[in-house]
This record gives sequence, C-alpha cells and structure tokens, in this order.
Amino acid sequence: MSATGYAAGLAAPATGTPSAVRVDAYVEAPIRAFAIATVFWGVVGFLMGVLIASQLAWPLLNLDLEWTTFGRLRPVHTSAVIFAFGGNALFCTSLYVVQRTCRARLFGGEPMGWFLFWGYQFVIVAAALGYVLGVTQGKEYAEPEWYVDLWLTVVWVHYLVAFGGTILRREEPHIYVANWFYLAFIVTVAMLHIGNNLALPITLGHSKSYGLASGVQDAMIQWWYGHNAVGFFLTAGFLGMMYYFIPKQAERPVYSYRLSIVHFWSLIFLYIWAGPHHLHYTALPDWAQTLGMVFSIMLWMPSWGGMINGVMTLSGAWDKLRTNPSLRFSVTAVGFYGMSTFEGPVMSIKAVNALSHYTDWTIGHVHSGAMGWVGFVTFGAMYWLFPRLWNKKGVWSEKLISWHFWIATLGIVLYITAMWVSGILQGLMWRAYDENGFLQYSFIETVAAMHPYYVIRTLGGVLYLSGALIMVYNLWMTVTRGEQAEAVAASAPGAAVPAAAE
Amino acid sequence: MPTKIEKDALTGTDTTGHEWDGLKELNTPLPKWWLYLLYVTIAFSAVWVVLYPAFPFKGWTGVTGWVAREAVVQDVAAANARMAPMMNRIREATPQQIAADPELRSFAMAGGRIAFANNCAGCHGAGGQGAVGGFPSLADDDWIWGGTHDAIRATIQHGIRAGESDEERVSVMPRFVADGVLTLAQASDAAEFVLSLSGRATDQAAVERGKPLFAENCVSCHGENGEGNRDVGAPRLNDRVWLHASDRASIARYIANPRLGVMPAWGGRLDPATVNMLTVYVHALGGGEN
Repeated sequence: MSATGYAAGLAAPATGTPSAVRVDAYVEAPIRAFAIATVFWGVVGFLMGVLIASQLAWPLLNLDLEWTTFGRLRPVHTSAVIFAFGGNALFCTSLYVVQRTCRARLFGGEPMGWFLFWGYQFVIVAAALGYVLGVTQGKEYAEPEWYVDLWLTVVWVHYLVAFGGTILRREEPHIYVANWFYLAFIVTVAMLHIGNNLALPITLGHSKSYGLASGVQDAMIQWWYGHNAVGFFLTAGFLGMMYYFIPKQAERPVYSYRLSIVHFWSLIFLYIWAGPHHLHYTALPDWAQTLGMVFSIMLWMPSWGGMINGVMTLSGAWDKLRTNPSLRFSVTAVGFYGMSTFEGPVMSIKAVNALSHYTDWTIGHVHSGAMGWVGFVTFGAMYWLFPRLWNKKGVWSEKLISWHFWIATLGIVLYITAMWVSGILQGLMWRAYDENGFLQYSFIETVAAMHPYYVIRTLGGVLYLSGALIMVYNLWMTVTRGEQAEAVAASAPGAAVPAAAE
Repeated sequence: MPTKIEKDALTGTDTTGHEWDGLKELNTPLPKWWLYLLYVTIAFSAVWVVLYPAFPFKGWTGVTGWVAREAVVQDVAAANARMAPMMNRIREATPQQIAADPELRSFAMAGGRIAFANNCAGCHGAGGQGAVGGFPSLADDDWIWGGTHDAIRATIQHGIRAGESDEERVSVMPRFVADGVLTLAQASDAAEFVLSLSGRATDQAAVERGKPLFAENCVSCHGENGEGNRDVGAPRLNDRVWLHASDRASIARYIANPRLGVMPAWGGRLDPATVNMLTVYVHALGGGEN
C-alpha cells in the first residue's frame, strides 16, 4: 500500500524538524467499530454465560432442543467472551496504541482496518453458527471447523502485517513495552492456531474434518494451544493493554523499565511449556507432566512482574483511585490478575491438581481471570477510549461507572467464592470413603450438592451482566449526548508529544 | 534519536529517557523480593526434575523412582487389602447368611447403598422407587421376577433380556395388534377388561367384549384373574401398580405393541461380593420376601 496518500499528515522524518502527529493522520474509524463490537460482544458473551449458568442450576432451561442445550451453548459463551469480546478489545486497543506509541499511521490504512474488522466479525459469526448447529472440532477454545480456521488465518496474517508494518514505520527510536506484548500475542496466537488446527476436511464440501494428530499427542497439542490461548491471548495481549492505559489513566511513568524487560522475556519463554498441567494424571507420560508443573511454578514471578508494574505505576497517584472510576477498573483488574496468576501455579502442583482437576475450582479460577482481569482491564480501557474516539470531554456519567464497578465486583466475588466452595466440596466428596472403605457419595449426590452454588454463581453472572448493561447505557450516552471536546488537539495524544528531537 | 533522562520528582528515580505518546518509564531496579522468589521457584524446579521423572528417556524415573501408574496400582491394592477380610466373607456367604449376621449385614448395607446409587438408581430411582415408563419399583412387594434373596440375586446377576447371560430372565409378550392377532378395537376392549380387574373400569360393554379376548390371549401368562406369574415374569394386572401408564389408551397401546424393558447382567460387571451386597440392600428396601 502506498504511503503517499497520507504521508502529509505524518510526523516529519526522524532526522528532520520535529512535529506533532495530527490526529486525523491516525486510522480511527475501524477502531471505533472495534470498540463498539467489544461492548456488543461483551454483552452477548455475558448473557450466554448467565444462560448456561442457569441451565446448570435448572436443567429444564436446556429446553430439550438440540440447538439450545448446554453442550452447544457453552462454546458460544466461551468463544463470545474470549474471542469476540476479548479479541475485539485487543484489536481495538492494539491498533489504537501502536499508532500513537509509534507515531505512525496504521500500515495499510483504513482499508486494512476495515478488512480486519469485518473479517474478524465474520469469524465470530461463522464459528457461533457452527456451534449452535452442532459443527465443532470438539477441542476446547478451538471448536471452529476447518473453514473458519482457514479464514481466521487469513485475517490474522493481515493483523500481523498491519501491526508489524506500523512498528516498522515508527517515528520513535524504541518500541514501547505495550507493543512487545501485543506483538508476542499476535505472533504466538498465529503459531498456536495453526499448530492446533492441522486437520483434513473429509471433502471440501463438508464441514467435518479430522485432525492430523491423534490420541495423547492430540491432547498434548490441544493443551499446548489451550494453555497458551490463556497465556498469550488473555495474558500477554491484555498486559499490552495494561501497559498503555494504566500509565495514561494514572498520568505516571511506568514503574520499572527493567522489570518490564525481565518479566516480558521470562513470561514469553516459560508460558509456552506449561500446557501439560492440564493433563495431570492422564495418559500423558510422567516426564511431560512433571515439566508442565515446574514450568508453571516458575511462571509465578514472571506473571507477577506485570502486576507489580501495573500497581506500582500508581505510586504517587493513589488518590486518583478515588476520583477516577475507570482507573479503579484497571487497577482492580491487575489485582485479579495477580490473584489468578498465583492460583494457577498452585493448581498446577500435582497434589493440588488431584483435588482440583475436573471440579468447579477450575471454572472459578478461569473466571477470576476472565471477569476480573480481562473484563475489568477492558472496561477501564473502554471508559478511557470512548470519549477520545468520539472526541468528547469525558464519559457521560462518572457515577454510573462507579455503579458498574461495584455491581460487577460483587458479581465476581459471588461467582468465584461459589466456585471455590463448590469445587473443593466436589473434589472432597469424590474422594471421600466411609470407614468400611466404600465411597461415601454417589456421583449424583455430588451433583445435587452443587445446586446452591450454581444458583449463587448464576446470581454473580447476573450482576456482572447488569454492570455491563450500565456501561452500554453510559457509553451510548457518551457518544450521543456527551459534550464535544473543544479542539482536535485537546483529545489528540499525538499532539501532546513534546518536541522529541532536541 | 537523543534521549532525555529526567529525575521523577515523586520517587526520585531516573526515567529511561524514552517517551511514547507522553508515556515515560522509570528505571527502577528489579524488586529484590521478586527476583529472589523467581530464583527460589527455579531452584525448586531444578530439584524437582531430579527427584521426579522429567526427561523423555526410556526407564528414567528420577531419583525417587516414582511412576504414576505404579503409584495408582499400589493405592488400589492397598485399599483392596484393607477391605479384603470383609469382602471375602461377603463373597463366600449367601445373601440370607449376610442378612442374618449383624456385622456382615451392616457392611453389606453400606456397600450396597453406594453400589445401588452408582449403578441402579439411574433407572430405579435413588430410593428404588422406580419410574413410570418401565422402571419397576424395588421398594414395594409387587415383584415381577420374585422378591426372595435368591430371586433378586439371580435377576441382578443375569439381567433381563440383555443377551448377556445364558441364564438371563426372558419373557416376551406378543405384539398382539402389530402381529395381527387382535384389532386395535379389540385391544382397547381387552384393556378395559384389565382395568376392571382392579375395579377401575368405566365402560361395562367394553369389559364384556374384552373378557373372552383376555381369556383367550392373556390368562396363560397373567393368570385367570390377572394375578401374574413370576415364573415367566408376567406382571400382576389386578393391582394398581403399573410399569407404564395405567389409562385405557396406554394399556391398549401396550397390548398392541409392547415395549419390553432391559436390565444388564451385573454379574459380568460387578464383583460377586458387590452383587451379594446389592441383593441384601434391595431386599431391605421394603418388599423383600422370605
């Protein structure tokens, strides 16, 4: 793509006279679309979560229709929150951040932005339609069949080209830390996606395919993928988000550049080996299980490096937590991040895993990460981005952000405490023997014991969804009724760049 | 590009001199506790991979020699050894002997309870109450194949119409309408007669029409007064306990084209001691006969 069309709007070459980037030089319209999609799919994902949580508490809600059973709607929920909500949030923020921190227009310009937007929305809709109709590879978080996988590959390669191309044409001497994380996320997800989806369709006219690997090799590849979908999609990508929006909201420098380097490389190196902890006590050879466990334990501090950098960036700006509710979201997110990245290594220890595996504890662990970390850091970023993307003075109602924050936090607390209790209860009931040596509980008794916690979990989900609906209203009012920011320059972060070359 | 290192006023730490979109970084050293904990986890891992199998070499198990498969075999063997004295006595005794010995009985009731919950309750209900649709109640005295210890044990051991044991319980009720023996109207009349056996008929004319049909087609198995016959597994028809729905239309449909239930032969699946414990447990659910 030729650069001549917009070169006039870009900063002067590094050797020339310094100049600020004009805000209209950045690609913004597709990013606004990604922001709307983030919020839209968030609500869809949370709603599906509430629905399937209700189905677990009240099975009648499966409606006895194949399309609405838990088995088909569960991947709709997980894909909607991870790939639709989380994915759109990552596209949105990464394309916003990379242009500003590189002082360069998006490589490929608006057409590239729109291709990524519509291409990715098509992936989401095609995948979800398949799930409801029963088309699935049956691999967790990699359910879409080969035709969706191929299309996602096309979109993802364009994403890498757009993001990498923007970095290559940057006007800054160094690459900002957020972009390291975003780039690691994009590159690794490409590798994981292709590696785990090597499959042959039975014919080109049929949705069904068979994977190249089988048996325990297939399981190992699946959890190499699955664990690093968490590690690179939900951790590295969102750390990129954190590294831009927390310093912006706190108006403070990042706490430690050195820590960001060490924790980045240690995180990237260690995460990729930790997948076998999903297959403890299975047919996977013992040596692979041991390695999966020790790499998970070594991952603890590299994960916490991000938490330290996020939280300590607030030193000197803690008072802003009182006055800036969107910063409260971002910082609480980092708190949940720290909690679930400690819980993860603990659960990877084989003796702990023997109790926790296959129980609701795992579900609770995932949701403290997904609702607390991924959700909250995204909400914080959206409250910061919406006024800027639509050139408004601020979010319509700070008070409603506070309401969203407290309702959603209460929802998470109900959710994860219910799952901790039910998971540990479940694990203990499964292994309980009476004095004669007989099992103390039948399986159905353990299911019946879960019921109250499933109801509490549903309630937690309803609260989280309610908070998100408040956000939708607030952002809608921001866009339609919000007070216009005075001049372009006022909302143009690029304009705030000081004369870099002095 | 030149960089400009500043001193952060709040912390007194230098920045790195870089700036992106107004964002700067402090050059704070790594937190000591963070670094040491990282070293601790690495040291722990180094020790762990020596102690436990961590290398893909055949026969390499680590210093402890721990192998998951052997560990579980040992655990199971230890649990079995703990239970062996009682299980051996249960296996060798008859259900009657178990029921008569308080020690054996209490052990068998505990084992039978959990075996029932995990294997039988899916069809017969958590308390053996059965379910409409062909799942008999085991908690009453209305037995199809008999309610003595021996009869219950034989049913559990060999199953019903499952094709899994030579000694299984088999009875086949003909498909009277489907095979052209009766018309649907006749089946309906016979059904009304069956209802009259428990005093529930409402259509006297149909009862009269059904009476000869019943005598001709049904009494050989179900008995003259519908009292049933446990030798051939023909259920009693003159009470108000029903396997399937008990209205006239449902009974007529059943006569037309019966749905014959199946129960697996548990003898091939469960330890003989467990079959004995289940026998004692089911016998004690409420309807056991001597």
